[in-house]
Amino acid sequence: MSFYDLYSQYRDIDTAFGPITRRDPEKALSAKSPGIKDFLALLSLPAETYLEEMAVKSHKLTLQYFGKTIQLYTPLYLSNYCDNRCVYCGFNADNKIERKRLTPKEVESEAKVIAATGLQHILVLTGESRTQSPLSYIKECVDVLKNYFSSISVEIYALTDREYAELVLAGADGLTIYQEAYDKEVYKAMHPSGPKNDYRFRLDAPARGAGSGMRNVNIGALLGLDDWRKEVFWLGLHAKYLQDKFPDVEVGASLPRLRPHAGHFTIPHKVSDRAMVQTIAALRIFLPRLGISISTREEAGFRENLISIGITRMSAGSSTYVGGHTIPKHNTDTLPQFEISDTRDVSGIMGMLERKGYQPVLKDWLRI
Amino acid sequence: MEDILRIGGREIKNRLFIGTGKFSSYNVMKLALEASNAEIVTVALRRVDEASKTENILDYIPKRCILAANTSGARNADEAVRIARLAKAAGCGNWVKIEVIQDNKYLLPDNLETVKATETLAKEGFIVLPYMSPDLSMARRLVDAGAAAVMPLGSPIGSNRGFKTRELVEILISEIKIPVIVDAGLGAPSSACECMEAGCAAVLVNTAIAIAEDPVVMAKAFSDAVKAGRMAYVSGIPRSEKNARASSPLTGFLRNE
Amino acid sequence: MVIKINGRAESVEKSSTIIELVSKRGLSAEKIVIEHNLRIVPTEEWSGIALKENDNIEIVSFVGGG
Repeated sequence: MSFYDLYSQYRDIDTAFGPITRRDPEKALSAKSPGIKDFLALLSLPAETYLEEMAVKSHKLTLQYFGKTIQLYTPLYLSNYCDNRCVYCGFNADNKIERKRLTPKEVESEAKVIAATGLQHILVLTGESRTQSPLSYIKECVDVLKNYFSSISVEIYALTDREYAELVLAGADGLTIYQEAYDKEVYKAMHPSGPKNDYRFRLDAPARGAGSGMRNVNIGALLGLDDWRKEVFWLGLHAKYLQDKFPDVEVGASLPRLRPHAGHFTIPHKVSDRAMVQTIAALRIFLPRLGISISTREEAGFRENLISIGITRMSAGSSTYVGGHTIPKHNTDTLPQFEISDTRDVSGIMGMLERKGYQPVLKDWLRI
Repeated sequence: MEDILRIGGREIKNRLFIGTGKFSSYNVMKLALEASNAEIVTVALRRVDEASKTENILDYIPKRCILAANTSGARNADEAVRIARLAKAAGCGNWVKIEVIQDNKYLLPDNLETVKATETLAKEGFIVLPYMSPDLSMARRLVDAGAAAVMPLGSPIGSNRGFKTRELVEILISEIKIPVIVDAGLGAPSSACECMEAGCAAVLVNTAIAIAEDPVVMAKAFSDAVKAGRMAYVSGIPRSEKNARASSPLTGFLRNE
Repeated sequence: MVIKINGRAESVEKSSTIIELVSKRGLSAEKIVIEHNLRIVPTEEWSGIALKENDNIEIVSFVGGG
């Protein structure tokens, strides 16, 4: 059964599960192994009364499963050419921005700068353009990066099984791909044209990656596009589906939240800090061993508070510009994919974690 | 809503499965089966050496029961397959409990041979119930091989030691999509009840009933215990721990929002 | 001639059929299954199969079992 089938089965959440009462979050909090309905209850409005209890349980589970550790990684943007018109994204094909693609030599320069910070986990990103950043180009970049990093994840356009297998062979071990919006109608509205418009091809991409040998698969919903309770429910269900189907794969979830910025795009459904906490706690209680990432989109203080709630991975020293690690910002006319809020460098983040009593993990995996 | 167990296209209401070995007589066995209202009953196949005066055991098993042939005596997959085919030819239907044992001291099953036999027999259309040591990887292989359920042991066959494998069986229950049925070692109704409370789909009991002082009453006791355990599981055993909630140390930072 | 029945060598009359073997041993057909050289033989074929030297016969029936 593909995840699309599962999505179709529960698509009408209210009909599938019936109304959630105040008793349901209580039951979910005391359940030995919370099920799908418990998860839904933890995301519900009535569960807001139990937010502190949820946070306490989430904190305990996170300690039990991950210890006092936070894994660090940083994004490396290879190219901002893009054929899509995602309404919320700085790389939108209609945006008149300078387009750039790093040469393998430039990739190497970026790699050297990042590796010097101590980071060993890298996340490479591109816009979706099979002409400007084809698979062969991405493989070439992975080949360069192999010499500098022990773990390479890719966050690029959705691929076929065979293409994912090729990337694994080239040296990539992680796949990050966000559905952005699980609701099919919202998805179609947010991705009006370009290859990303194919909802189903994207929805089943994480399973294709996991089935093709990716050791880490990280999924996400772009919070703010739709009702967060529904979107996080689908996200959790998707993560569970992947954990069940691929027991040998590390499944993670990211919670990128749309933040107000200068662009034309107004956020359809604003997501509060409270909602972020409820989201993390509900995911943790439902899926204790799920990796949960928070990026530098979020402000420094808020990120620090979320460490105690249940996140396990943070980006550090991020730049969302192509070439942003080597080219000073004032020299570039390109737009970032999104704005960074936490601008601390890697050593700044490491110092903060150590002061909180957490161990920053720069490397937890070795390619042999 | 009625709580029904579905295996091999059949609907089963009674989650106590009974083995027919070791009874003092077929008559006592028959009364025990009737008292327990069991629907799934296992039988074994043995060589007939001479004109046996014993009667046909099948005549003593209520007609409503589904028979599952036990491949006991098989030491490898080929023998198990052979016994299953013989049993089917002898009119046992297509349900088979695969039991492959090479170890006569503990009577623990050989999971690897069990997987092989399961694969062959499932392809031939048998409803295969493999007896196994509770191991998640093997259980997954059994699912892939086409098993209709998995039957992990509670403790060694005939040992009456109870649900000693609980931790491992609970892992199977949470990960395996087909029914998990604890088979072997359940010496008392309380053990059967414990299995059901833990979420097992059914249990199979033989020795503890067959060698009881009064097997007929004991069969009924097991049947009731299985029902009680199942009802407790379905109704959600509470594990509540109510802590006082005075302060909000983890979410206090949200007040500023 | 000598054939193997349930793993033991026994001598039987030359070219006996399976049905002769069964009735000689006083077994009732509805209770047993016969395997002849690893092939399960349906009851209706019993009269048509003549046994040969060194043939392997298994005769089994149901008993109690867990």
